[in-house]
Amino acid sequence: MAVVPPTERIWWKERIAKVEIMWVAIAFLWGLVMFFMMIYWHGAGKQNISNEAYRTDPAVFAQKAQAMAEQYKVREEAGIPVVHPPPGSDVYLIARLWQWWPILELEKDKAYRLHLMSMDWQHGFSAQPVNLNLQIHPNYDMVLTVTPDQAGEFGIICNEYCGIGHHTMVGRLYVKE
Amino acid sequence: MATATQFRTCPTTGLRVDLKAENLIKANAVAAVIFLAVGGFFGLLVGLTRWPAVHLLPADWFYLALTAHGLDVLIVWIIFFEMAILYFASAILLNSRLAGPRWAWLGFGLMVVGAVVVNIAVLQGGSTVMFTSYVPMKAAPHFYLGIILFAVGALIGCFVFFGTLVVAKEERTYQGSIPLVTFGALTAAIIAVFTIASGAIILIPTLLWSMGLISHIDSLMYKTIWWAMGHSSQQVNVSAHVAVWYAIAAIVLGARTLSEKVSRTAFLLYILFLQLASAHHLLVEPGISSEWKIFNTSYAMYLAVLGSMIHGMTVPGSIEAAQRHRGLNRGLFEWLRKAPWGNPAFSGMFLSLIMFGFIGGISGVVMGTEQLNIIMHNTLYTPGHFHGTVVAGTTLAFMAITYLIIPLIFRRELVMKKIAQWQPYVFSIGVAGLSLFMMGAGTLGVSRRHWDMTFADAALKFDYPEAAFLMMGLNGLSAILAALGGIMYIAVVVGSVLFGKRTTEQSLPKLNVIASYGSADSVKVPGTVVMVAVFFTAFVLYYFINWKYLSEIWPLS
Ligand code: HEM
Ligand SMILES: [Cu+2]
Ligand SMILES: [Cu+2]
Repeated sequence: MAVVPPTERIWWKERIAKVEIMWVAIAFLWGLVMFFMMIYWHGAGKQNISNEAYRTDPAVFAQKAQAMAEQYKVREEAGIPVVHPPPGSDVYLIARLWQWWPILELEKDKAYRLHLMSMDWQHGFSAQPVNLNLQIHPNYDMVLTVTPDQAGEFGIICNEYCGIGHHTMVGRLYVKE
Repeated sequence: MATATQFRTCPTTGLRVDLKAENLIKANAVAAVIFLAVGGFFGLLVGLTRWPAVHLLPADWFYLALTAHGLDVLIVWIIFFEMAILYFASAILLNSRLAGPRWAWLGFGLMVVGAVVVNIAVLQGGSTVMFTSYVPMKAAPHFYLGIILFAVGALIGCFVFFGTLVVAKEERTYQGSIPLVTFGALTAAIIAVFTIASGAIILIPTLLWSMGLISHIDSLMYKTIWWAMGHSSQQVNVSAHVAVWYAIAAIVLGARTLSEKVSRTAFLLYILFLQLASAHHLLVEPGISSEWKIFNTSYAMYLAVLGSMIHGMTVPGSIEAAQRHRGLNRGLFEWLRKAPWGNPAFSGMFLSLIMFGFIGGISGVVMGTEQLNIIMHNTLYTPGHFHGTVVAGTTLAFMAITYLIIPLIFRRELVMKKIAQWQPYVFSIGVAGLSLFMMGAGTLGVSRRHWDMTFADAALKFDYPEAAFLMMGLNGLSAILAALGGIMYIAVVVGSVLFGKRTTEQSLPKLNVIASYGSADSVKVPGTVVMVAVFFTAFVLYYFINWKYLSEIWPLS
């Protein structure tokens, strides 16, 4: 009985029922499968985060984004530049209270080195409806190589609470054929 | 001190009950229930605000209510109740006096003060930072101070528990090893010490920072250590509610665990493989290596998950064995059909077990997988998952054992027995709905901690799919049901404690102990085997379905 001391004083020498041993074995093996699945995906899967990141000053990051935006701006929407950088290049996206800046226009099936960083508090990068979610920190320039394989207009929702304007922090991203 | 201790003898168990321990259990349980009521109220407001057709609160109040909800239920309700469990599992189950009751009262006092202070800080409006208070977002100093005081109080409670184990051993109040339930509580208390130490390491500097004495706290470092507290405390909850499952199965059905060795080893796995479980809160964070993420998110190869999967079999297995021992032997499930479903302690416990496994457990492992986290992180899938663990699992288990604590410790009969009977079902349906619909909305991309899924005030627009709005409507309805279940619980508890008839020897439950099931080889639990097989199949299928979803998003490297 679980609320009184065990009947066998030396409980660690007790014999174990077969069903229990079987389940422990199955559950253990399943744990191994799940563990190795993550490693396997690093080799065989296409969706892995690079974990590449640099400690960076927000001002430095903002400058790079600014330079990119000036060079590759194609138009403006809601006062925000729409930027079409060349495939393969380094593209910068600023997260700040309460805006994603600028609007990126990428080409389908082309790879980009996407840099993400916050200028202030933490934010959440949530590309929708792809449902691709990343955590954005201040002072960390997060880099990943992304290859959008669907064309269209995508929303970038902030999904880390960042103060009273959190629910207005919506950005946009275009992927052109 | 020992001489001043007064005892009564419990008519159900025949154990001596230290009256000081009894009073402490009462005080902690009452405080817990009060904060559950407060926090649950905020939860209802949040749920109704997230229902797009209702959208109850304005934005600032929504974020404030969400902060208060997280703090009051996740931290205050659960930890007060855990203190009651620690004192019950030590002094009462070991037939012993409580070590240092004055210390225990000091701890209790600190916890009350801390909880009140943090609530004041939140209600003043300057500390709407969510219970996670991620830096560099800053709360008022007394927000952090309140949490620290509360944690120190809880730490004292843990040491009173350890002290009581020592006293009981020295005074030989029991024979042999400590009972399994006490062993589970010991697991919880050991992890709690680690938890609170991590909390101190991160919250004390954060307090100094909010007072202007420290200039900078790194946001990534904060999260890593904060979740060393935040996640381990969930392991405390799991240990505590699994101990509660065993206790209820034992007290209501006389069930004896299939094997002490297996069950105890499963508890030990929680301690040994705790690792830095904060990892699974950091899977899509910049600048942390995949090796670190994989090793720690799986707590070194899922060995703590193994512990839970073991309990998930041994708890129903012990119930089945006990019921079969009584002759409920027909077919696979007569033992389950004829279980005491009208006893809220049993029904609450069993529903907690099922929902914790199927909803909270499976979703937790899935979203804690390094790459799969990309399609779930910070969406509503996250609160969906943990309403399956801390609400359907822990909270419901604690509610269930309350129905035993009231007669055994408060020595009152339950009032409104019909309402008590229905309570676990109403609450379960509500919470299952909350969990599943939030998980559904999260799968469709809806953000957590978010006031307006229509983005009406945003400069750029985005539309979530229609189905997501439907999910949030159903979630709102579930919130009402869950709140109703919560109100029923509180009505029964308050009513019984204040107005319940005094228990008599006849009205108390009788312990119907089953000494043994025979030898290990003769234990037959085919019904449990079927249940476990269904669980395992669901787990494997759902796990791989999510890899398929992941493979459909944009390639990343
Ligand atoms: C009446 C019952 C309850 C209802 C209706 C409810 C509803 C909700 C809802 C709708 C959310 C918000 C999701 C979001 O916008 O991100 C939430 C968050 C949360 N709930 Fe509950 N809940 C209830 C009970 C509980 C209980 C008993 C616990 C813990 C034991 C709990 C723990 C939490 C936590 C920790 C959060 C996250 C807060 C945050 O994101 O900072 N809830 N709840
Ligand atoms: Cu944001
Ligand atoms: Cu935000």
